[in-house]
Amino acid sequence: MCATCGCGSRDVLIGGRRPARRGGALAFRASGSGTHAHDSANPAQLRIVQVERDLLAKNDEYAGANRRQLAGQGIFALNLVSSPGSGKTTLLVKTIDALNGALPLAVIEGDQQTENDAARIRAAGAPAIQINTGKGCHLDAQMIAQAMQQLDLREDSLLLIENVGNLVCPASFDLGEAHKVVILSVTEGEDKPLKYPDMFRAADLMLLNKCDLLPYLEFDADLAVAYARRVNPDLQVMRISAKSGEGMAEWLEWIRAGCRKAVISKLVEQVE
Amino acid sequence: MHEMSLAENVLQIIEESARTQNFRKVRCVVLEIGQLSAVEPDAMRFCFDAVMRGTLAEGAVLQIIETPGAGRCLACGATVAMQEPYGLCPCCDSPRLEITAGNLMRVKDLSVE
Repeated sequence: MCATCGCGSRDVLIGGRRPARRGGALAFRASGSGTHAHDSANPAQLRIVQVERDLLAKNDEYAGANRRQLAGQGIFALNLVSSPGSGKTTLLVKTIDALNGALPLAVIEGDQQTENDAARIRAAGAPAIQINTGKGCHLDAQMIAQAMQQLDLREDSLLLIENVGNLVCPASFDLGEAHKVVILSVTEGEDKPLKYPDMFRAADLMLLNKCDLLPYLEFDADLAVAYARRVNPDLQVMRISAKSGEGMAEWLEWIRAGCRKAVISKLVEQVE
Repeated sequence: MHEMSLAENVLQIIEESARTQNFRKVRCVVLEIGQLSAVEPDAMRFCFDAVMRGTLAEGAVLQIIETPGAGRCLACGATVAMQEPYGLCPCCDSPRLEITAGNLMRVKDLSVE
């Protein structure tokens, strides 16, 4: 079990079911099972095998396959990442409220435990599948591949993936999304981007959420944006409040533009 | 934190190599971990031991080679040493640094029987 957060993958559930995993690496070995003889440690028999393989190669293969499938169907996929409590699920519910009917969409929800978030999304009127990562601290591309199969995604639609609330681990795992969107709420510290630079560097868009609370806080929004751009000079930033609706029009238009681009790319690809 | 699943990936790579390279026991695993790769070597060591238990790499020595971070300034072209995944160019103060080294994590080689 992981020293820091105890993460592992034996408890993964996708839509309440235990997924099949290719390769043996994802099943934990019980301690002490399979004892090995250590009597043949003759250095003369040792040989060096050159491997030179990236630890994320497998994930990146799945992510590449996801990306090709999404592109082929004209689907615009976003990977929403943040610390717990930034307001991701509320943002999703409000986004669904605003887009539903006009734009087909589906949601993949990632949490360690419970179906609560998927239930909130379904109540808002969108198909949703919950991935419970068990002890795991992030979604990976293989989980997304399996969830996408179960979701029966529609052509030319929007796929919103809400990652596990965690500003560290999800940064390293490509899921096949078009963009990572990082959500920072103004009830957190301005220096989060400096404390968790990998995530803010991996993202293309930062939503500064809960801006309706700014009058009651000492949070310096300009400083937070400056810190985020120090880490990622090309980061796009929108100041929003999912609750009050402030800035939501800009976010929704950004999504619509992304969806249009995904459809056009699909059509161009088909012609070629 | 994600070192546990990365250690599982190491095991998967070892098991695939065992099939193609025909070995049954691993004595030493050499990992290259870049300074900018978001992997904590100590956490990796802990997770490595836990994941390898009961496998063909149980008890294997883990050797981690930490590779230094480096980047290239997109404004002036200078080569910049990087300890963090961001920074300012020492020549022109630009924050536009492209990471060119130290962001990989890979299994380099294995000592096997």
